[in-house]
Parts: sequence; C-alpha cells; structure tokens
Amino acid sequence: MRKLLAVLLTAGTLFSVSAQSNETAVIENVNNGGVASLRGITELDITRKADELKRVIKDRSPIDRDYVYQPPLIPHQTRHYEVSLNANKCLSCHSWKYAGEMGATKISVTHYQSREGEVLSDVSPRRYFCLQCHVTQADASPLIDNDFKRVDSLR
Amino acid sequence: MKFILNFWRKLTAPSKAAVGTVLAMGFLGGIIFWGAFNMGMEATNTEEFCSACHAPIVKELKETIHYSNRSGVRAICSDCHVPHNWTDKIVRKVQASNEIVAFLMGKISTQEKFEARRKHLAVREWQRMKENDSQECRNCHNFEYMDFSEQGPRSRKQHSTALASGEKTCVDCHKGIAHQLPDMSDVPGW
Repeated sequence: MRKLLAVLLTAGTLFSVSAQSNETAVIENVNNGGVASLRGITELDITRKADELKRVIKDRSPIDRDYVYQPPLIPHQTRHYEVSLNANKCLSCHSWKYAGEMGATKISVTHYQSREGEVLSDVSPRRYFCLQCHVTQADASPLIDNDFKRVDSLR
Repeated sequence: MKFILNFWRKLTAPSKAAVGTVLAMGFLGGIIFWGAFNMGMEATNTEEFCSACHAPIVKELKETIHYSNRSGVRAICSDCHVPHNWTDKIVRKVQASNEIVAFLMGKISTQEKFEARRKHLAVREWQRMKENDSQECRNCHNFEYMDFSEQGPRSRKQHSTALASGEKTCVDCHKGIAHQLPDMSDVPGW
C-alpha cells in the first residue's frame, strides 16, 4: 500500500513538472518574432495601451479615396445620428429624395440593388447600416507603415 | 356640525384679535403657502422625480450631447419638457396630472408598452414645441447670439435661411436629439 502511494506521488510530481514546462513553452510561443500587426509591436499576451481617440474633423471636404471601390469617408460629425429600425438619420439628407434639397451627396445606385443585382424601389436592407462601411474621417496616420500605392486612375 | 358652525361664525364675525395679528397671520400663511407651492413645483422638476416613472428614457439621454459633453453644461428633463414661463408652466403641470393617471393605469409599465407608445408621446411633444416655436430650445440656444461663422457649413445653411425666416423651428429638424426616435417612416423630412 505504502509502495503504491509512493509510486502515485512520484508520478503526480513528474506530471505536474511536465505540465509546467508545457506552460512555459506556450508562453514562448506568444513571441511576435518582431512582426508588427495592427496591434502594434506588442507581445500577444500583453494588452497594449489604447491609442488616443481621434477627433472627428467638424466639416471639411472629403479625403480622397485610395482605391476604386472604397466607401467614401464621412466629412462631418455623426454623433448621435440614429440608424435603427425606426429611423435613419443619414438618409434624411443622403437619400435620393432629399439629397438635392439638402445639398448632400446622393447614395450610390448600388445601394438600391439586391445581392443579385435586382433593382429595388428603396434602399436595400443590406446597405441600410451606413456606418458598417462609411466612417467619419480623421487625421490618422496608417497603423502600419506600408508601401500601398493608389491605382493609376486615382493617382 | 357645531364645530363647522363655530368656524363659520369665526370667519364672518369681526375677530377679537388685533388687526395687526390677523394681518401678520395672513402674511405668514401666504409665505408658507407660496413657499410650499414653489417647492412642490421645484420638486416635480427634478431628474429624480421624472426618472421615477420614465427611467428608460432618462437612460437614453445619457449618451447624448445634452447629458455628456466637453464642457459639462447639461440639461435635465424639465429644461426641455417644462416651460419656464410661469403661466405656461402651470398649464403644463396641470396637463401632467393627466399623465399621472396614464402612468397609474400602467400604460408605460414595461419597455414593450413604452416602445408601443413612443410614437404617440413623441408626436405630442413635437407638436407642443412646434406650437411654441421651440421655446424650450431657445431658452438656452438663442438665435440672436448664434455666430454662423462658428457653425459648420451644413448648420449655417439651414440656420441662416429656414430658421432665420421663421419658416422652420428648431424641432422641425432636431428631433430625437435627447432620446431614441420612434418609427419615422411617415414623418416629413425622414
């Protein structure tokens, strides 16, 4: 009985030691190897300090698009503009009905098409939530330095 | 019965007390009555009082500019929903007694019931503000002192034309600025 207990204890100790060494191995694996991601150059197990909030520019002409299908940026503040089941504040200026009167940019005709390209009489539900694609613009430098260049037609 | 008769006699017969005492009593009574009346008015204008029944809507206010902003100036419910002018205030307060009945009948006792009634409540408030030319907005946002050069091009365009000419009033465009909106599908401009 005593012998069995000793064997069990030894086995237990050995197991826990091996488990510990596994753990250290896992920690070594979170090393980012010097590659910067959108999180910046931080180890994966460390929470990086959040960036400062960018101030939304009050009103200025839109920053140019960088690629052909880029959703245009919003050149004004949108605080508390409700987009919900009940109301869509964006459309109260940018819909085809009001754009002319309000001097706003009309939403693209693609917003009136279903996924299959069928033309609808009103904004397609899949295009209804404006801020899914369009964001307010701010003076922000790229998160990662890169050598992205605009296509010739936009240069 | 005898007590009432006695009391009536006291009211009609000349008093044995000196005129000065009667006057002083009347004066004191007046102060106490008026003070209590005003205190009641103030007490029913506090945010705590409103949120006792309208808790969900007070929560909605918290993310808006009238609650949380750069400089810390804020508006409470009564700033926008109770007229500041005395007579208008009394009229509104009397109307509110009807709303207490609605509350006691449980018309907005759950979030669902409240959502179902949101349109009705909102339309009524828009109508009230349209009729008094958005007076409660103007108590703070005085058109006379608006500097268009400090406003964005979008606001300047609307304020210098439609608002300046009196064709539109604040609430015509600024709906749902402190609350979530009801179904806007049949509202002009939406």
